[in-house]
Amino acid sequence: MPSYQFTLDGQPQAVEADADMPLLYALRGELALKGPKFGCGLAQCGACTVILNGTAIRSCILPISAVAGTNLRTLDGLPTEAGPHPVQAAFIAEEAAQCGYCTNGWMMTLVAGLERDPNVSDQEIRNMLTGLKCRCGSHMAILRAARRAADAMAQDATVQDQVVQFDPQTDAVDLDVDTDREAQA
Amino acid sequence: MNSPFNKIKSSRRNLLKGSASLVFALGSGGLSILTIEQSIAQTLAEAPRAIGPENLDTWLSFDSAGRVTTYFGKMDMGQGVDTVIAQIVAEELDINVSRVSVVMGDTHRTPDQGGASGSSACRQGAIPLRNAAAEARRVLVTRAADVLGVPVEQCQVEDGTVSVSGAKDRSITYMDLIADGFDTDLDWNGNYGNSLNVSGQATPKTVDQYQVVGTGVARKDIPGKILATTEFCHHVSLPGMLHGRCIRPPVANAVPVSVDENSINPWPDARVIREGDFIAVVADTEWHAIKASQALKVNWSDTTPPFPTQEELFDYLRNAPAASDSATGGFRGTPYETAPALAAISAAAQQIEAEYEVPFQSHARMAPSMGLADVRENQALIYSDTQKSHNSRNGLAKLLGMAPEQVRVIWKPGPGSYGRSDADEAAFEAALLSKITKRPVRVQWMRQEGHAWDPKAPACVIQCKAGLDSANNIAGWYFKTRGFSGWDVYFNANDPQDTLVGQLTGYAKGDRHNFGVPGESYRFTDSVAFWETVPTLLDRASPLRTSHMRAPQEPQLHFAHESFIDEVATASGLDPIELRLSHLQDEREIAVLEAVARLSNWDSRPSPASRSEGRGEGNILRGRGVSMATSFGGFVATVCEVEVDTSTGRIWPRRFYVAHDCGLILNPRSLRTTIEGNIVQGTSRTLCEEVNFDESMVTSEDWLSYPILDVMEAPESIEIDMINRPDLPPGGAGEPSLVSVPGAIANAVFEATGVRIRRLPLTPERVKAALG
Ligand code: FES
Ligand code: FES
Repeated sequence: MPSYQFTLDGQPQAVEADADMPLLYALRGELALKGPKFGCGLAQCGACTVILNGTAIRSCILPISAVAGTNLRTLDGLPTEAGPHPVQAAFIAEEAAQCGYCTNGWMMTLVAGLERDPNVSDQEIRNMLTGLKCRCGSHMAILRAARRAADAMAQDATVQDQVVQFDPQTDAVDLDVDTDREAQA
Repeated sequence: MNSPFNKIKSSRRNLLKGSASLVFALGSGGLSILTIEQSIAQTLAEAPRAIGPENLDTWLSFDSAGRVTTYFGKMDMGQGVDTVIAQIVAEELDINVSRVSVVMGDTHRTPDQGGASGSSACRQGAIPLRNAAAEARRVLVTRAADVLGVPVEQCQVEDGTVSVSGAKDRSITYMDLIADGFDTDLDWNGNYGNSLNVSGQATPKTVDQYQVVGTGVARKDIPGKILATTEFCHHVSLPGMLHGRCIRPPVANAVPVSVDENSINPWPDARVIREGDFIAVVADTEWHAIKASQALKVNWSDTTPPFPTQEELFDYLRNAPAASDSATGGFRGTPYETAPALAAISAAAQQIEAEYEVPFQSHARMAPSMGLADVRENQALIYSDTQKSHNSRNGLAKLLGMAPEQVRVIWKPGPGSYGRSDADEAAFEAALLSKITKRPVRVQWMRQEGHAWDPKAPACVIQCKAGLDSANNIAGWYFKTRGFSGWDVYFNANDPQDTLVGQLTGYAKGDRHNFGVPGESYRFTDSVAFWETVPTLLDRASPLRTSHMRAPQEPQLHFAHESFIDEVATASGLDPIELRLSHLQDEREIAVLEAVARLSNWDSRPSPASRSEGRGEGNILRGRGVSMATSFGGFVATVCEVEVDTSTGRIWPRRFYVAHDCGLILNPRSLRTTIEGNIVQGTSRTLCEEVNFDESMVTSEDWLSYPILDVMEAPESIEIDMINRPDLPPGGAGEPSLVSVPGAIANAVFEATGVRIRRLPLTPERVKAALG
């Protein structure tokens, strides 16, 4: 089997696979990432979205051979030592997921779009996200999160005003965000 | 951990790479290293925890770091119920909620509480945990009093530390008191499932003492899902695992006559497995399983296409003989009499009649079914995102010829499941394949299977009649549903007969019938509401088999009922809310209806408004509509404001106003997003969703042919009045608000256009055709 090399979340990677195998199967399989998910395999839902050379793409139909030499970013690689990406912080603050299976697609699409230009209207946010599927109907919270992320990124605000402590082994969360707003509304 | 992000990433990456695979357990007790084989063997061999409901230790355990784990026999479908459970346990124990972990749906570790079912997590499932936690606090404080040498009354608890009142330095933690556990008996009511309950000597707190319950505690599951650290069921991988893909016939009911195994020769690691009429391909790599399954040549039997055409569906529903009805079906039959209502209606001054049609709808989960099974000689380990792991264990045991105790089903989160979806199917298929291949097998359905082969929400025709007397009072009411059974696929997988692979390998499908009637308290003189089911279209492995889909059949029923009430209001020249208020009996229903009228600034007048009242401009017509829904202990009234574009037929439900009473509110934050999810999903079912089929097969097989609501059509706003009822126990919130959506939208469309559309979904084509 041929081997394909690319940069994945800042690290060089090599994957051996059939040339026609979609990228998603490498990400989910051998590379054991948890962000990109299988939803349709037909480029219809966005669950498998990753960012390839700066553009959000659907990894379920992109052959691995087309990825050689590219720069890939995934949801798994977004957080830095400083904390989650502003889009992630916004989704946590707004609790913008029901089951969370689709959420990768919405977040990665927003990351690519808002990093390009965070000065977007509400309608432009919808235009950016159209086509993505969410069966649980989390759309309203997603739109709030998108607005929050865009505003934060437009102000070049880091997420330092939001302290997120999270222990992945126990799922214990210590989240110091403005949660009262929702509760009181 | 302050910044765990990079650490997580690198450890997970290492997890499954090659032969020297190691599991790094980064628990608070330090780093322990097991080989994967050791760890699987341990999982398999791990003795079940003592999970008798009557043992306090069943419900709670404490670790050396002062964390509490609570064991919950239901699971979260994405509404955050585990967080609410943690709040309730933390509240009773007087411990910080962040210390509480919730284990859900593991048949070796959690009691059988019936799984995710009927919005029951909080209204029923939480009660034994509350009582157990209260009893645990009592036992621990008693022990503490002993150690501290003071009476119990002088002890106080703060975040799991018991101290002497007025002498805080004299203290001891729960952790130091727990020793080998509680060893305490509870009173158990002897039930399993939703109604399982236990109680101890302790009296749980009263609502006025609550400090954590009722507050917007952040959902525990969200950060992991957002930061890509949550292990979904789909991420679980076992060493030596094969990947399976199932082969489905092109015509429903066709069976394989012969299989050309040479057709998959290009993939040497792939092979065909056949058992009865079930065929699958398994391979070492997932991609080869997919490629080989697509290439496999199967010669199928020449079968008469089993279905009517889609155009004939509603005539079939009207004309087929009744298979069962409300008097004989369901949990217990409810006798009914149609004669008095029909007589009253025909004697009335004016008769109103309408018939409503709802097509099949698909659960169409965000990801189609998957399951992972490791079946060995005398034991089986199954990973599934099932809604009911204990039931699935029973069905799997039967399929595998094992005792239920030999089968362990571990639930892991998956894509949202809202009823008897396809969630269980792949686990049963994986179990059979693992038994045959003697290897762990992971089955992942393809998108086409998820849409075409999942159980469907039953299609129905609903006939409504009312009589108005000369003073426009309702003098008779008739509500008759004819539909496919909501139990064609039973609501749990207790038996392989309710799975595709079961039916394909010799289990005859069951024949159980249920539909339902609306549950609101409207009182009409001489009223009857009943249902009849019709025979299923195909009684074996049918892509049009039917099952519960979120709020069982209530979205269908309430589309008709709440539309018809509006039709009667129009006929009698009354405001739709006024008419409803004059017939409702239940104080909570009246309260939500009045609340939604206030919230939406409802302008009291008959519908539809005349055009001159300015209900739109140009191509855009505007209208408002109202609908009620009462179910699972939740009371909802919803107003929708729509815009209808007459040039395209497109409906935009621009604003929703929802008044929602589900008793005591446990977590207002997750309640809000749960309601929003219901409203959006309900909008999707109202505007977009219809299963297409021809005589041979379901033909809507993906998101293009089975569209759901896109973000462009999502409402501008959903305003919610969450009515808290601290005096009342918590009710269900997972379903009722969805039920209110179809009626509210349909009524608003009528108000906007003056045209009544009695057939879901309200697609642009249908709206345009109706507008003429
Ligand atoms: S899985 Fe790739 S778009 Fe659906
Ligand atoms: S949150 Fe469940 S599919 Fe979007």
